[in-house]
Amino acid sequence: MNALFSLVAIIVIIAAAFLGASVPHLDFLFGVVFPYAAITVFLTGIVYRVIKWSTSPVPFHIPTVAGQQKSLPWIKDSPLESPHNTWGVVGRMALEILFFRSLFRNTKMEMKNGPKLVYGSSKYLWLGAIVFHWSMLIIVLRHLRLFMQPIPSFVLGLDSLDGFFQVGLPGLYITDVLILSALTFLILRRLTVRRIRYISLAADYFPLFLLFSIAATGVLMRYFFRIDLVNVKELAVGLFSFHPVVPQGTGVLFYVHLFLVCTLLVYFPFSKLMHMPGIFLSPTRNLANNSRMKRHVNPWNHPVRVHTYEEYEDEYREKMKEAGLPLDKE
Amino acid sequence: MAGPKLKPEELASKIKYNLPPKGWMDEPVEFREGTFNYSGNPKNVEYLQLPNPRKWQPTDPDWQLPENWKEIILEGLRDRLHRFRSLQIFMDICVRCGACADKCHFFIGSGDPKNMPVMRAELLRAVYRKDFTLAGKIFGKYAGARELTLDVVKEWFYYFYQCTQCRRCSVFCPYGIDTAEITLLVRELLGLIGVNIDWVVTPVANSFKTGNHLGIQPHGFKDSIDFAVDELEAITGVKVEAPINKKGAEILFITPSADYFGSPHYYTLLGYLALFHEIGLDYTWSTYASEGGNFGSFLSHDMMKSLNAKMYAEARRLGVKWILGGECGHMWRVVHQYMSTLNGPADFLEEPVSPVTGTKFGNARLTKMVHVCEFTADLIKNGKIKLDKSRNDNRRVTFHDSCNPARALGLIEEPRYIIRNACNYFFEMPENTIKEQTFCCGSGAGLGTDENLEMRMRGGLPRANAVKFVKEKHGVNFLGCICAIDKATLPPLMEYWVGGVDVGGVHELVGNALIMKGEKERTTDLRGEPLTVNESAMKEGNMSEEPFGE
Ligand code: HEM
Ligand code: SF4
Ligand code: SF4
Repeated sequence: MNALFSLVAIIVIIAAAFLGASVPHLDFLFGVVFPYAAITVFLTGIVYRVIKWSTSPVPFHIPTVAGQQKSLPWIKDSPLESPHNTWGVVGRMALEILFFRSLFRNTKMEMKNGPKLVYGSSKYLWLGAIVFHWSMLIIVLRHLRLFMQPIPSFVLGLDSLDGFFQVGLPGLYITDVLILSALTFLILRRLTVRRIRYISLAADYFPLFLLFSIAATGVLMRYFFRIDLVNVKELAVGLFSFHPVVPQGTGVLFYVHLFLVCTLLVYFPFSKLMHMPGIFLSPTRNLANNSRMKRHVNPWNHPVRVHTYEEYEDEYREKMKEAGLPLDKE
Repeated sequence: MAGPKLKPEELASKIKYNLPPKGWMDEPVEFREGTFNYSGNPKNVEYLQLPNPRKWQPTDPDWQLPENWKEIILEGLRDRLHRFRSLQIFMDICVRCGACADKCHFFIGSGDPKNMPVMRAELLRAVYRKDFTLAGKIFGKYAGARELTLDVVKEWFYYFYQCTQCRRCSVFCPYGIDTAEITLLVRELLGLIGVNIDWVVTPVANSFKTGNHLGIQPHGFKDSIDFAVDELEAITGVKVEAPINKKGAEILFITPSADYFGSPHYYTLLGYLALFHEIGLDYTWSTYASEGGNFGSFLSHDMMKSLNAKMYAEARRLGVKWILGGECGHMWRVVHQYMSTLNGPADFLEEPVSPVTGTKFGNARLTKMVHVCEFTADLIKNGKIKLDKSRNDNRRVTFHDSCNPARALGLIEEPRYIIRNACNYFFEMPENTIKEQTFCCGSGAGLGTDENLEMRMRGGLPRANAVKFVKEKHGVNFLGCICAIDKATLPPLMEYWVGGVDVGGVHELVGNALIMKGEKERTTDLRGEPLTVNESAMKEGNMSEEPFGE
């Protein structure tokens, strides 16, 4: 149901783009107005959300640690799983962000008769996730060659690395294959693993379908329905340098691709995709395990009602006296 | 204690991971006897000046909520979103990847899909989406939004009092989303409309009034320490001192109140008394701060602060140099991660230095509070105490990492070092069930009641199962731990699922092994059990003979 809802939404978006871009003279809208609008929403949306997050304070120092603390000098601590200083935290965060450290820990529980519980390592989700994210990052970086003149050398390097296998013509990018496979895996996982389907909302299928459509239209353009790259570059460089031009005859498929990307950009700040900036701010990960060494201040640390020693002694003075316990006031 | 009505095999065969055909929003909660906790005693709710004291039970159709309860909750949620970045972030960034799903002991033991940590949080998130996000306002149900209704409140009560704030899920979540944080905040919201459980409210009221959750008054406290001193003398022949409320002592010792009133905690207390005597520690007990545990941390941040305040207040009044803390789980979460922020800075205390070894506890230089395992490990390392391991030869020991020391402190090696030096036979449970991946006892955070026994046995199953594994493999007959709630709730758990395994503190093992000056020859351990190798345990299973086998 949720999956269907998202699928229909994607089809409507693609159809709208297809029809819209086929209408002559609407290409300015699809090629210039929408991209600018989308980028604006994307950037302001993210900045707004991140500022909103940051205005809520971090009242308590609550890292979840996954290794030995730094305590006595002869006990070996684990600086990356239980970092006690900023460098350790940077290392821990880098492992999380670049390699999805915590997800790598994933296990799968099984109950056998007995009852007997067994926990196997389970790395499929980690693998799918890491392949998808890294492919996407590389693909995004590769796209810079369209926006920049001259093309930065690292982009060229990335390009040739990605096209290393030199299969077919135009050369096959490994990341194209990887991202589509990984997204297919993630979609199938959501649809077929019953427990995951149970927790999935439309908002979980939608970004997967959207990303898949973007990748798929990109692949179609590159390998099957060739479009005029010179035109695309003209448009992209124009957009990038704030002198937009709309070259003629770029092809409807390109506008569909571009419109889907615009949709992603607009959708991003309002969705779970905000996990990208969010992971940096997660207080269970980005704080050092030094809570007993360094003071953490809570800006709203309001006073609360307490039962003071004086009140306590007043209530129990007679009994304390009888038991021979020392008293502050006789 | 009456066991659950079902036999272990029956209960186990009922654990199914099937999913209901309907979506989770359409499946109302059912309060089944044995799986929920009774409501807070109105007398104590009133004593603590908490909202809406009244007589009610979760099974009542009408919960007698204040008329504007919905407003109160939404306003409370708005307020907390502004005060807790954690809440904002955790509401916004979960991708529902499901990595946390089978990490929760309550899900493993109940099969109830709403016990998957992600679902537990979704119960709040759905309401958050409805009232606090654009997508939820526009697309409603299609964006996963849900109207806040009385049924939702009932579901919150059931499932947020079915989370022990153990944070195992948080270790596995790629963003560290911490369900314990969400649970505490939802309990705060429920508290605003007078929805509490008694095994939180009553211990909190007791702690507030008497200084400890059992409601023991000062003279009762003294009796019980005196009694322990006599008992220790009978076992060891050594008469120890146990000063109470002594001004000018060097160190204030605070431990959970169950240590001096509960069993098997009591044997750990004997261990402390013996150890502190042997090293000649200048310390004092306190009747005012006679509880290490903080039941307030199961109710609200404010109540946590209120109860925790007694520690520093008492340290200041008595004029001690620093504080030593006993074996406890959530107490240490509060001391480690909250105390200085809530009630610090403790600039009237000194940076802790062991008076015996001269070791500076730099890791506690801010809070001035040292964990007794850190303290004892340092004593052993420096050769300041003599331990006769063979006195624990009737014990084949495994160690249960309590959730909070493991995942909030990273206190992992210290207790193991002590055990290895106090016992000849120590065996680890499987890797996925210890250290940072440790499984909860299933009864923490206020859920350790008789009425909730079935759910406790379910939640404790993963822990029990791992113990059973080492029992069968190595003949383990003793489950060591460093938490008062563990000591109270693991024994019935072991009895139910495993059998033949005793539960006790690490300092009980220290007390058994500790060679004291002037002691008589020991014929029994601190429990009064004979000091011979447990033959029957040796025969069971094909265990190896060498010590430290892991
Ligand atoms: C700092 C950058 C990022 C990090 C560290 C990160 C990390 C993760 C992790 C650990 C997961 C969970 C595993 C999974 O379900 O696949 C995930 C899921 C996901 N991420 Fe990211 N991500 C980042 C950026 C992005 C961006 C920029 C996008 C899209 C534009 C994105 C799209 C997704 C999607 C769609 C999922 C859900 C996959 C599913 O439903 O199975 N991520 N991310
Ligand atoms: S592991 Fe984290 S992100 Fe994944 S479903 Fe659980 S809470 Fe959400
Ligand atoms: S904190 Fe523990 S009990 Fe609560 S949801 Fe997470 S794993 Fe389950």
